[in-house]
Amino acid sequence: MSDHAAAAHPETATGLDSRKLAIWTFIGSECLFFATLISNYLVHKETWLSGPGPFPHEVWKSPAGQVFEPIIEIPLVTLGTAVLLFSSLFVVLALASAQRGNRRGLLTWLAATLLCGFFFVGMQVYEFTHFVHKGLTLKTNLFGASFFVLTGFHGTHVTIGVIWLLTLWILALRGKLPAEKSLNLEIAALYWHFVDVVWVVIFPVVYLIK
Amino acid sequence: MHLRIRALRLLRRVAFALPLLVLVASACNPDHYPQTALRPLSDYARIGDDIQTTTFKWALAVFVLVEGALIYAIFRFKGKPDDPEPRQVHGNTTIEIIWTVVPALILAAIAVPTVRGIFETNSTPTGDVLRVEVVGHQWWWEFRYPELNLTTANEVHIPVGQTVSFHMSTADVVHSFWPPRFAGKRDVFPNRETRMWFKAEQAGEYPGQCAEFCGIEHGRMAFRVRAQTPEEFQAWVSHMQTLGPKPQASAAPADSMRTASAGAKLQASQQPAKPGAKPTAPDSAAVQQPADPAYAAGEKLFMTKGCVGCHSLQAVNAPKGMIGPNLANVGARSYIGAGSFQNTDENLSRWIQNPQAMKKGVLMPNLGVTPDEAKSLVAYLRAHK
Amino acid sequence: MATTALDQRAHAASHAEPTGLWSWITTVDHKRIGILYGSTAFLFFLMGGIEALMLRIQLGTPNNTFLAPETYNQLFTMHGTTMIFLAIMPISAAFFNFMIPLQIGARDVAFPRLNAFSYWVFLAGGLFLNSSFLFGAAPDQGWFGYANLTSRQYSPGLNVDFWMLGLQILGVASLAAAVNFFVTIVNLRAPGMKLMRMPMFTWMSFITQVLLLLAFPVITVALILLMFDRFFGTHFFVPSGGGDPLLWQHMFWIFGHPEVYILILPAFGVVSEILPVFSRKPLFGYAAMVFSGVFIAFLGFGVWAHHMFATGMGPLPDTFFSLATMLIAIPTGVKIFNWLGTAWGGSLQFKTPMYFALAFIAMFIIGGLSGVMHASPPADLQQTDTYFVVAHFHYVMFGGSIFGLTAGAYYWWPKMFGRLLDEGLGKVHFWLMLIGFNLTFFPMHILGLNGMPRRVYTYPEVLGFETLNRIETVGSFILAFSFLIFLINIIKTWRGPRNAPADPWNGATLEWAIPSPPQEWNFAQIPAVHGRDTLWEEKRARGGKLPEPPRVSGQGIHLPNPSYWPLVSALGLLGLMVGVILEPHIGPWGIITGGVILLFGVFNWAFEPAG
Repeated sequence: MSDHAAAAHPETATGLDSRKLAIWTFIGSECLFFATLISNYLVHKETWLSGPGPFPHEVWKSPAGQVFEPIIEIPLVTLGTAVLLFSSLFVVLALASAQRGNRRGLLTWLAATLLCGFFFVGMQVYEFTHFVHKGLTLKTNLFGASFFVLTGFHGTHVTIGVIWLLTLWILALRGKLPAEKSLNLEIAALYWHFVDVVWVVIFPVVYLIK
Repeated sequence: MHLRIRALRLLRRVAFALPLLVLVASACNPDHYPQTALRPLSDYARIGDDIQTTTFKWALAVFVLVEGALIYAIFRFKGKPDDPEPRQVHGNTTIEIIWTVVPALILAAIAVPTVRGIFETNSTPTGDVLRVEVVGHQWWWEFRYPELNLTTANEVHIPVGQTVSFHMSTADVVHSFWPPRFAGKRDVFPNRETRMWFKAEQAGEYPGQCAEFCGIEHGRMAFRVRAQTPEEFQAWVSHMQTLGPKPQASAAPADSMRTASAGAKLQASQQPAKPGAKPTAPDSAAVQQPADPAYAAGEKLFMTKGCVGCHSLQAVNAPKGMIGPNLANVGARSYIGAGSFQNTDENLSRWIQNPQAMKKGVLMPNLGVTPDEAKSLVAYLRAHK
Repeated sequence: MATTALDQRAHAASHAEPTGLWSWITTVDHKRIGILYGSTAFLFFLMGGIEALMLRIQLGTPNNTFLAPETYNQLFTMHGTTMIFLAIMPISAAFFNFMIPLQIGARDVAFPRLNAFSYWVFLAGGLFLNSSFLFGAAPDQGWFGYANLTSRQYSPGLNVDFWMLGLQILGVASLAAAVNFFVTIVNLRAPGMKLMRMPMFTWMSFITQVLLLLAFPVITVALILLMFDRFFGTHFFVPSGGGDPLLWQHMFWIFGHPEVYILILPAFGVVSEILPVFSRKPLFGYAAMVFSGVFIAFLGFGVWAHHMFATGMGPLPDTFFSLATMLIAIPTGVKIFNWLGTAWGGSLQFKTPMYFALAFIAMFIIGGLSGVMHASPPADLQQTDTYFVVAHFHYVMFGGSIFGLTAGAYYWWPKMFGRLLDEGLGKVHFWLMLIGFNLTFFPMHILGLNGMPRRVYTYPEVLGFETLNRIETVGSFILAFSFLIFLINIIKTWRGPRNAPADPWNGATLEWAIPSPPQEWNFAQIPAVHGRDTLWEEKRARGGKLPEPPRVSGQGIHLPNPSYWPLVSALGLLGLMVGVILEPHIGPWGIITGGVILLFGVFNWAFEPAG
């Protein structure tokens, strides 16, 4: 990331680096983005059961007599959630290493974060294809539509975070992420934590609450 | 001498301005506007109108006061560049509190009748209520009277002095049903019913219009409200109930025919005898004798040109989901094209030949009707009153 | 040491600002970006005005055939969309750009390249939207695009797609700019410039950025859901699949209502600056003005369904939104009274900015009062969706925002361009605009209450609407002519000498302490701020006027380098959206190409070496 901003604005009115303030501001805006998507999901929750299935938690029988089993696989997604939560821990450890100039620690913990990120995205891809196989697409019913849009956009945000962190990891590998530039990682980490927190809301709303 | 010239000049200016002023004054008079919302003719409309009047009076008072203060300040405090610096006032807590509290009080004065009005207009009417179902279509209005088994389009008849309850929806996109003399508007939706009710106070024919943008011909999606005395309304209902299907008597399909006997039978079986209702003549004089060649030709064309595919000619037990308006009494309506064109023979003929030229985008296609064919169809439809 | 004018010119020449097209394409200077925003927005404003004139010609006569119904519908949709997103918002952005750093004593915004990016994306969005005319498929569903008219079934053409994607592009621009200005105002204030010492324009703009950040994500989601309905067959708003058209209305207005405060608050800020300067006394009730602005913004998120009273939500929602709407009238009234209090007892200087500022108050009072009339559902059911609403919002958006922003243009013109606009022509512009505006829009109150609905391409003679419509059409041409006068003023001024002093109006805020136009780095030394109306304080301390600030060499001042990566990134985004529209013809290749260019641009931007 460019560092000219630091030289041009040595002192800020709040004492915070402007880029840190910017990511917080962006996160604030993104909260509304996800709040709207989650509200959309909840609003449509009322109208699903007119069918057709399948549905996340309920068995649904079509007028023709076809039975749709509930489609959500809690164990796998719970594992993915845990992995994502751990990834936030790992990125904190990576940041601590970066701030102390510990290049090896930085590379290790950031790689761990990335692996968790890859796992989560992979799990989502698997889940999506699994759902499609079971007959749930965007078009099937409003659960499908709301689910895929909500988790899909979350997944996109995770993917962007993975690309961002991967870029930083490559920079660190080349020795271009010294302690003075650790703010670059801190900003990415803040974004990563946000993406994680959003999932912490989505998981119970979509997967746990019937 | 100069004074006289100046007086004359002034008079000339006034003389020029006078017709303009009269024109503008008439343009400000609600009686100049058939579709005005400022001359309520129902209990429901009066609820809104009363609140509107109250609010307007307060608004006018505030306007005069505040704009007056502004204009006064402009003149009173006009300064020159080299004037001494005025007193550097930063604020005045007392005044600021006053001008926060006073508007709040005025708003409270408006809020109280508002809340009352909200609950009143959202209430369900009780008593002897006539139920009318309204279905919005791109770009016409369907009206059904479920208790009377009647269907019509674009012209809704209602009795004066009886509460009519409207139950509304749309067959396609969101529209809004707005008969300003009787009620503020209510949107209509495809997936839920919305409601409106009012009791008309005065007979007459009043215009209404769709008030939610609904596509290319939103501008020509009007309707007429025919408020009738109870006797007139009952006569209309009785007449409409003769406009039903006739048992097969000729090559033409059943739903375009009407017969007095079938109608009378329906009337007797479905309608409890209303006190004071006159029995209708078995031979409705409204239907032209089938001996008229134009009528017969038109009857045939109505089939061969495909009109029957979209339009029903029976008011009783009319099929649902028709693409085009019900034409059972089209001959007697004051307007065609959904309240857009006067129902003259000329307009009707033009419409039949080229509806797209009159209302571009309307779902009725050009059917390649020649002027002579149109004449017959007009005669046929004109007979359907 | 007194420097002669000659000396000053020599200094300026040795450190001349770069010129030429390339310098504008790669600029990251907030002042230049402000000028780019302003000139582009003004062109779009003229386009929107021509669209309006065509509408008025069509409506001047009953049963008119000047415009076919589908053309009328495209023009009124584009008129609204253009005026809101391509005129008022970017003209406000022009002033945010030019003035906020100056008013807070900063050298530039927090993220100069992000700033440039937001301009190029705005331009891309405006071009994208208007390119729809070339396809004969300009948006035609109204600026509010209600479902389910916007579904594939009822709007099969490209019109809605252009609107949907165009607004998404513009949303990116707004969001980028909002992050930038939010951080700038929070973080880059000069020492001593506490929040409660900031100029009112900066304050109102600050609140506007918060509104942008919180409201735009909601419309972004709504447009995404619409996009999925149209492109991927979902049924979010389509009733046949269980969707609800009313959901669109809720989402749209949760954005839409804060949006109208986004449109008016900057003008509030401008007028709150101009009135004190031209009354020669401080703003009456500064704290109340700040807090009322905050309160309006906060409450503005709680009134959205007052746009939906006709939908039959039931008495409880109706009551809640009605009372909330009435509540918002209180802080709005406070502002009007405080402006009056500012002028009261002052020594009013009637220069052109003051004319427009005073007219703003007069017109906004009318618009505000008709707004209060709307707040009561039983009354509103007659008013909504009629010309009464059209009157209301034109009084607040034109009588309010446009008059306010025009006042700002005359006020800040000398600072931006080093030339004062002609006072004589300014007054002609003013009177023609005031008269034309009122002739055009006042009769609409009457037409609306007397039965003329909105968005109708014609009306029959028998309804009696002709007289007032005719008058409105005449008024609209007078209004248009007034802008011709403005253009003449601009051109005449441009050709004249660049001789405006730093402080032609005896201003109170920091932008008047530096030369007109400012040098690239704005302040040779970051100023120290000791109070509100800081420049008046300084002048008072020094016994009157300040000497004309010299133009100095910029040695030792570090400025961000120009860059073309913001433009490249913006082009990538544009390419991506064009790819979406053309996907039926070229498959995913447009999207992929645009995406690659976007990523390429963003990465290079991120890794660009320091200045």
